[in-house]
Amino acid sequence: MDFLAPTTWAAALAAKAEHPDAVAVAGGTDVMVEINFDRRRPPALLDLTRVPELREWAPEAGRIRLGAGVTYARVIDELGATLPGLAMAARTVGSPQIRNRGTVGGNLGAASPAGDSHPALLAADADVEVASVRGTRRIPVAEFFTGVKRNALAPDELIAAVWITPPAGPQQFCKIGTRNAMVIAVSAFGLALHPARRAVGTGIGSAAPTPRRATAAAGFLAGELEAAGLWESRGELPDALAVEFGARVRDAAAPIDDVRGTAAYRLHTLSVMARRVAGWAWTEYRSAA
Amino acid sequence: MTSTQITSQVRIGDGRVGQSALRPDGTLKVTGEFAYSSDLWHDDMVWGVTLRSPHPHARIVSIDTTAASAVPGVSAVLTADDVPGVNAVGLEHLDTPALATGVVRYEGEPVALVAADHPETARRAAKRIVVDYEVLPALTDPRRALDADAPLVHADGNLVRSMQIRRGDPAPTAPVVVALDFEVGMQDQAFLGPESGLAVPAEDGGVDLFVATQWLHVDQTQICRVLGLPPEKVRLTLAGVGGAFGGREALSVHVHACLLALRTGRPVKMSYARDESFHGHVHRHPAWLRYEFGAQPDGTLVYGKADILFDGGAYASSTAAVVGNGGTLGLGPYAIPNVRVDARGVYTNNPPCGAMRGFGCVQAAFAHEALMDALADRVGVDRVEIRGLNGMRLGDSNITGQVIDSAAPVRELIETVRDMPLPAERSGAADIRELPGGVSNTTHGEGVVRGIGYAVTYKNVGFSEGFDDYSTARVRLEMTAGEPVATVHTAAAEVGQGLITVEQQICRTELGVERVVVHPKDTTVGSGGSTSASRQTYVTGGAVKAACEAVRASVLARVDVPECRLEGDKIVSAHGEVVASLAEVLGSGAVEETVEWRHRPTREIDPETGQGDAHVQYAFSAHRAVVDVDVELGLVKVVALDTAQDVGKAINPDAVIGQIQGGSAQGMGLALMEEIVVTDGHVRNPSFTDYLIPTILDMPPMRIAVLEYADPHAPYGVRGVGEPPTISSGPAVAAAIRAATGRALRRVPVRPEHITGT
Repeated sequence: MDFLAPTTWAAALAAKAEHPDAVAVAGGTDVMVEINFDRRRPPALLDLTRVPELREWAPEAGRIRLGAGVTYARVIDELGATLPGLAMAARTVGSPQIRNRGTVGGNLGAASPAGDSHPALLAADADVEVASVRGTRRIPVAEFFTGVKRNALAPDELIAAVWITPPAGPQQFCKIGTRNAMVIAVSAFGLALHPARRAVGTGIGSAAPTPRRATAAAGFLAGELEAAGLWESRGELPDALAVEFGARVRDAAAPIDDVRGTAAYRLHTLSVMARRVAGWAWTEYRSAA
Repeated sequence: MTSTQITSQVRIGDGRVGQSALRPDGTLKVTGEFAYSSDLWHDDMVWGVTLRSPHPHARIVSIDTTAASAVPGVSAVLTADDVPGVNAVGLEHLDTPALATGVVRYEGEPVALVAADHPETARRAAKRIVVDYEVLPALTDPRRALDADAPLVHADGNLVRSMQIRRGDPAPTAPVVVALDFEVGMQDQAFLGPESGLAVPAEDGGVDLFVATQWLHVDQTQICRVLGLPPEKVRLTLAGVGGAFGGREALSVHVHACLLALRTGRPVKMSYARDESFHGHVHRHPAWLRYEFGAQPDGTLVYGKADILFDGGAYASSTAAVVGNGGTLGLGPYAIPNVRVDARGVYTNNPPCGAMRGFGCVQAAFAHEALMDALADRVGVDRVEIRGLNGMRLGDSNITGQVIDSAAPVRELIETVRDMPLPAERSGAADIRELPGGVSNTTHGEGVVRGIGYAVTYKNVGFSEGFDDYSTARVRLEMTAGEPVATVHTAAAEVGQGLITVEQQICRTELGVERVVVHPKDTTVGSGGSTSASRQTYVTGGAVKAACEAVRASVLARVDVPECRLEGDKIVSAHGEVVASLAEVLGSGAVEETVEWRHRPTREIDPETGQGDAHVQYAFSAHRAVVDVDVELGLVKVVALDTAQDVGKAINPDAVIGQIQGGSAQGMGLALMEEIVVTDGHVRNPSFTDYLIPTILDMPPMRIAVLEYADPHAPYGVRGVGEPPTISSGPAVAAAIRAATGRALRRVPVRPEHITGT
């Protein structure tokens, strides 16, 4: 197995162009596990940890450009207030050691349906910046996940960064696991309220072949809030509305039975989580008046 | 701790029995410098790996090793045909091939071995071994094991052991009857140090094996049989053990590493990866339990009935003894006049099950404690009171008719935990880490209901049912550089529980010395028995004490003054006068004594009635669990897990607390999350990704009351400590969840969907 260790972004893109079957590795919390278990034996590994550009984040054009190599620990420490939904998701990732190694870019690269970042990125309307020697493009995160552990990257492309708009409204994230820390999601849900455009963002994790939005549920909630004038009045969220939103989020999922949980339980938890986070987010929105 | 300085030196008068002497391995372990068996290294070594069966049940049609042998770097490929001696191992029955012959009986059964100059080379070569399997029907439901049409796992039938206990009225009736069924899933020991060892071939044609294990001498006997070598040519030394909990009582790498070493003439290291470890050791038996209590209207038990089925998996391992425990102890620490218990262990094509902390009592306790709660509720008696009412007392007979002849403080234990302060009620804006779901942020208090549960247990200490259970200790006293030094040599395995510290403390106490050297644990001294059954402080402790007494007697015999004692470098009279210096008495010589020490004998039980003095000692504990359950999501946060336990005498109080904390966490783990999920004979979660054990966020701080009612028959009055906490903690947690949810919850681990009903 070749081990490619570029030290600049340009060199990394050149290496990926030359070795399109090389597997990019950042924190290694997914890739190295697969290699150690001999589930995967790529012809080459492309180590991105020596590329300084990937470890940077900065505000740019009203958004945050989060380098693909920024770890969960840094998301929590440095962006906890700026990107609350993503930071909440990052806090649920593995152990402190894993959060020190694992990166949001790596999460996207693995594209697991259980990836903890994904529901938060979906809810926040993030874009994934990908690059190759041919150029750079941005992919809306909802179009990034193309199948179980598959994403929209071309063979010569690498993930450069994630673009997220600092929210003008509340964000929430929650995740079900059968212990109270260090657990892979049985199901997860991310929510963002976008009051400026009277919209609701959603993200479902671990309950479909890919992370996905609950688009109909989000449209329903936004529409009901609009119809009742609640965006302006900041009145209380009717319980029945939260319950119906939960039911519609549940209906957007397509989970399976596996060793971590049953499909029925996953569906049930989505309805409960969506109902609860809608309430928490709305309470925050009201109190922000 | 205010002091940051840690020293392994202790002053005279420190580090004796009853004091929390520091462990000599403690600093090394917390600084990451301790050498575990997986760190073993030899410059010339090659690596051994195991090829395992992918099928729960299959006939081996052929094995072709040609391609594997041809891989550059491979030095040996072995199958059952290469076994020089008898291809059979086993703790109770010699039913387990070292390498499969003709048939494989479970997924993960060892089929072939490869040695190569790099572990990756060995693994790749193993994949090139071509095994032609003819898949056979697998027996994977133990409840069908004794059906006439069930596939036979072994030619002589699927029953490993059946036992019955009959006491009192054969057809008892009672005004109040409660009966329930229960199921307990397969727990794993989940020790962190994987199975590993290093076998070094010797010039005499023998082999030296360094291995993490629980009982060197029984390993040695089994290895010798397979290798066809006498014991003097198979020498074992204990390597650094990273936890055991019963999972190292049966063999893992032992024979395989030796076979490869003798074939290659090179030192061979084997070390399992985590997924292989889940296939490479026995687990706790899953159990199906049907229980019935008959009682007076005031809750006094009239009779107890139990029907217990243990799934032993493909090979017997210690299933028969687990059945023995599950049967003889299966109704819990209660005085019950009329008894009918049937316990069976069967073969299936599931993973083999054997020893694990709590050994047959863990499964039974989930049943008898839940049924006791059901009885309390039925007759309207408080759940603590009903345990006090029925709890054994000194002088009571247990269900095998054995008189409990030392403390049996059931009422005191359960009332002690009841009377401990309860955790504060949740207040409004709780830290989410204090709530079910923790940082996963699933509730801010919604759906959270608190519940409290109680459980009490008793557990036998030491080996039972007539087993010749002994330990050997060799103790030497000599002057070294002007200072008296004791050396203690036993083969009793230190697996992390703190036995070497206990051995040092006993030597200091009995010989008055400060410095005690613990000789490496090996087979050049007699057997120390198994590090299991909570027995080592009792039995090896007893042996060390006896050896010290023999040394002391021998030394004191050299001075003509009665009733002297050893104190530092002096011999002191009963009046405190210095009679002689040890240097004068010992000169340049040493006094050494070796003692083989036995506890009181136990008896086999009567095969018809199950009556008999089956056990040597009983240890009692009680737990109170307080849980917050998110009843909508089925998530649990254990808020408090408090306990009281009678330890007879705390030889090392800090170590006792550590055992109680760890054991309680392990029992809680079974109640909440720890299960090897087996579907059609296949393990679905052989990793710590999906086999979950409690984290620090799952385990609450504990209140622990340590009672010390000395057992007059045991050295220093000790009672085994390690197992009872694992037995009573889980049922208390399960009871608390039932209290919070109102759900029946007859199966553990309690999964979230059992609580939500989805």
